[in-house]
Amino acid sequence: MITGSGILRGLWTTFRHFIKTYLEDLRSGKKRYFTKEGIELRRSPDVEGIFTIQYPEEKLPVPEEFRYIPFLVYDEGENGEKEIRCTSCGICAKVCPPQCIWIVRTNDPVTGKPIPQPKEFYIDVDICMNCGFCAEFCPFDAIKMDHDYEIASYDRFKEHIFDLERLSKPASYYAQIRPTNFAREEAARAEKEAQKAAARKVNP
Amino acid sequence: MDESLNSAGYEIPPEMQGQVAVTTLDKIYNWSRKNSLWPMMFGLACCAIEMIGTAASRFDFSRFGMEVMRPSPRQADLMIVSGTVTKKMIPQIVRLYNQMPEPRYVIAMGACASGGGPFKEGYTVVAGVDKFIPVDVYIPGCPPTPQALLHGFITLMKKIEKQSLRSVPWYQKKPGEPIPIPVLGPDLMDPRKFDLIKQVCKPIEVQANEQPEGETGHE
Amino acid sequence: MNEQIELQASSLTDKFPEIVSLDTRTGYTGFLVMPENLITVAQTLRDEFGYDYLSSVTGVDYLPENKMEVVYHFYRTTGGGALVLKTQVDRENPVVPSLTPLYPGAEFQEREAWDLLGIRFANHPDLRRILTWEGFYGHPLRKDWKEPFFEEETKPFKSRWPEGHVYRAEDKNPFHDNVQYPPGFDPEQWSPETDELLYAGLKRVDKSDDFLTEQVVVNLGPQHPSTHGVFRMVVVLDGETVVDLKPIMGYLHRNHEKIGERNTFLQNMPFTDRLDYVCSMSNNFGYALAVEKLMGIQPPERAEYIRVMMAELTRFLNHIFSIGFLLNDLGAFFTPMLYALEERELILDVFEAVSGSRMMCNYFRFGGVARDIPDEVMEKIRKLVLERLPRKLDEMDYFITNNEIVRGRCEGVGVLTAERAIALSASGPVLRASGVAYDVRRADPYSIYDRFEFDIPVRYNGDIYDRYLLRLDEMRQSLRILQQVMRDIPEGPIMSGKPQYQVRVPAGESYGRVEGPKGELGFYVVSNGKPNPWRYHVRAPTFINLTSLAEMCRGQKIADVVTILGSIDIVLGEVDR
Repeated sequence: MITGSGILRGLWTTFRHFIKTYLEDLRSGKKRYFTKEGIELRRSPDVEGIFTIQYPEEKLPVPEEFRYIPFLVYDEGENGEKEIRCTSCGICAKVCPPQCIWIVRTNDPVTGKPIPQPKEFYIDVDICMNCGFCAEFCPFDAIKMDHDYEIASYDRFKEHIFDLERLSKPASYYAQIRPTNFAREEAARAEKEAQKAAARKVNP
Repeated sequence: MDESLNSAGYEIPPEMQGQVAVTTLDKIYNWSRKNSLWPMMFGLACCAIEMIGTAASRFDFSRFGMEVMRPSPRQADLMIVSGTVTKKMIPQIVRLYNQMPEPRYVIAMGACASGGGPFKEGYTVVAGVDKFIPVDVYIPGCPPTPQALLHGFITLMKKIEKQSLRSVPWYQKKPGEPIPIPVLGPDLMDPRKFDLIKQVCKPIEVQANEQPEGETGHE
Repeated sequence: MNEQIELQASSLTDKFPEIVSLDTRTGYTGFLVMPENLITVAQTLRDEFGYDYLSSVTGVDYLPENKMEVVYHFYRTTGGGALVLKTQVDRENPVVPSLTPLYPGAEFQEREAWDLLGIRFANHPDLRRILTWEGFYGHPLRKDWKEPFFEEETKPFKSRWPEGHVYRAEDKNPFHDNVQYPPGFDPEQWSPETDELLYAGLKRVDKSDDFLTEQVVVNLGPQHPSTHGVFRMVVVLDGETVVDLKPIMGYLHRNHEKIGERNTFLQNMPFTDRLDYVCSMSNNFGYALAVEKLMGIQPPERAEYIRVMMAELTRFLNHIFSIGFLLNDLGAFFTPMLYALEERELILDVFEAVSGSRMMCNYFRFGGVARDIPDEVMEKIRKLVLERLPRKLDEMDYFITNNEIVRGRCEGVGVLTAERAIALSASGPVLRASGVAYDVRRADPYSIYDRFEFDIPVRYNGDIYDRYLLRLDEMRQSLRILQQVMRDIPEGPIMSGKPQYQVRVPAGESYGRVEGPKGELGFYVVSNGKPNPWRYHVRAPTFINLTSLAEMCRGQKIADVVTILGSIDIVLGEVDR
């Protein structure tokens, strides 16, 4: 063992990493940077050479299951009104580990009985731990985990308690960020509807 | 160079365009500051690992002129409070903040640093670092992904861009006061709140003065 | 395994018919012993029965019975199940003899029990608070102690639904902050902690016949670029040589156990992610095992394979990260770290795709895992495991292992002998690098580890270099297991039963332990049949490994202290919990 060979090996490794970037550049040409396939290539197990994703010009796409802050799904009615899916059953508030979900249930002004719709819905994002339990256990597919992570702000006292309005997002947005989950849930729902309809036909 | 930098409100004759740059002092000052923010090498908890991830090859915040993380607060511009702030740690954090030279910025990274996070209910957790030091940018998330942190940096840069030499606190005649350092007593004590503590604790004093210290639980 | 325990049972009760009795509460195992006989029994256990390894010391507050219980888990380093010894004392004045003289590894754990539960350990060499600070008011893990933001005994809180009018907890506190003070407290009369006790406990060498050199006390941390988080060491230096060292922790004490006792069983799962935040999957694994043991359920085949796959990927990820950091500590600032982090990012991509989060995976459920692995991710894992990771590991080996500086700085530094490693309850790579072939995956197999072919690497010098080499070896073995998993993984369901958010856990106690990347990670859970655990304790491997830090550092140079700490591979989230 020659003295200094270990250090030379280290330098050689670093040098190889340096050179590889240019070799890769030559091989894949312009499409390596600022393109979708370029990003995919740089995050695949085959990546050699430069590894950097140049946020904000290029963004690393998040996987479908990615979870950040929860949001409430609403269906768009025929006249463009928001039909929020949440029935204020309270399961998400109960299962939430740090207890950051607050729901006020709507009561019928005449009878006083609860109406399946939230009057107010809050999530304190300064407490939320992004665990995804609320979305996992919601029986109505009404609360889902968002993909939007670009929500840094200057003031937490005004902005960090998300209310119903801030939390509501259309089902089309949900379908866009989680296509396979959305398709699966829609299929399950259609099947349930069909079963119900069949049951109604048998004993009206 | 940044395109926005070259617009000071003066019209440049067409033959000179592309050869001269006209800007304001504010703009060039802020531009150079925002592109060389040196963060302090200072990690608290889980978020610190994501901060290291942001410094590493995939996200590489040296693209923003941030590669020199300074272990010493004397050389740092930016404190990233990356993780849960506990009562045992807050005196040191305040001390570090006081030691940072102006201009200095603080980013509260993640839910814990912003407002206590999932551990807020705990007995040794400070419910938000902004109870003690001023925070410029809050990044929600637990933990924020490296891209969310980068977005936080960009948000901070936008804030820096808007500052004006005339109104920034560090060129004012009167220097800013250092923040009083909290003391660890039976619980965390903020020197600014001593009067309040005395006031709240006093009325019960008469009834329970034989309470042995450090032995029994609270009622 | 059960036979073995019964065998111990008869011989131990035969040996001490008067003193030792079986724990007959439903769902409980082990032996009860009176505190005055504890030392005798423990000594016999160690010297005659071969239980040389005291893994975990847990205090439990049984408020309804007005008792404090201390639970000891003993193991043999030759393998096998636990011998659980318990001793009960009165709640008002709980004093238990300290086992530190017999098992030095109990030192920090007993201090923790004193700090959080107020159990005093007689003859403990240094009984100070460890996670909170001297002067802290009360012992927080006692069941009748309430924190300032206390809302209700158990979750879910009633104020969240159906009348969930949002407020911030500090708005309801008279001090507008997370604080409370004893009645009649006057802050101006208070004299804050001065660390006097701490400094008094430090050893100094007697140098009466030598030059009159002063021995200096140096504080490293809690904000120090190389302490791996908020960790503080007080070092006594004679010149550059370390005379004594004491670690001080608690700067990241996040009340994991107190919050855990308020959570429902499932709600604890995402909190375990934040223990050792570098390897959340392993933490999930240990906790899931502990609760599944109580519930008596088994995950389906595919879920078992997925679990092993995730645990081994985590081990790889953790070791490559820690080697990168070790070089950072040696002064090779960040370049080797960058190579390590590149591989880590690729593994994190996998975690993100299957679980939804890079670091806080929250992937395991009782009786399975949260969701199946998509095909394209499976393909990615296959590529990583079969091609990329072995290649990168060899590259790492090539440029680090024979580097002169690495060898010069690491060989013969921070030595821990096998006997001391066992006595100090070290675990994981620290124990195995000292020549003790003890790995929970083989010694007390859990999940499906008995099906795989892999070796337990052992190194014999017990220095930093051996710990580094051992981590390399372990990564190779992890890849070997992963390759077998990829070959054998069956199709099928990933959950036994329907996913539930309110699980029924029968009353009893259980201790689930896994070989985490940093050592033996154990979860001690006591259920009283309600939706929330009565006691939830984490045997944090790095917390206990730190017990041996002082021993490794004495006599070394100050510059090596940082490297020795790096070689233990601590994560403060787990040390302080």
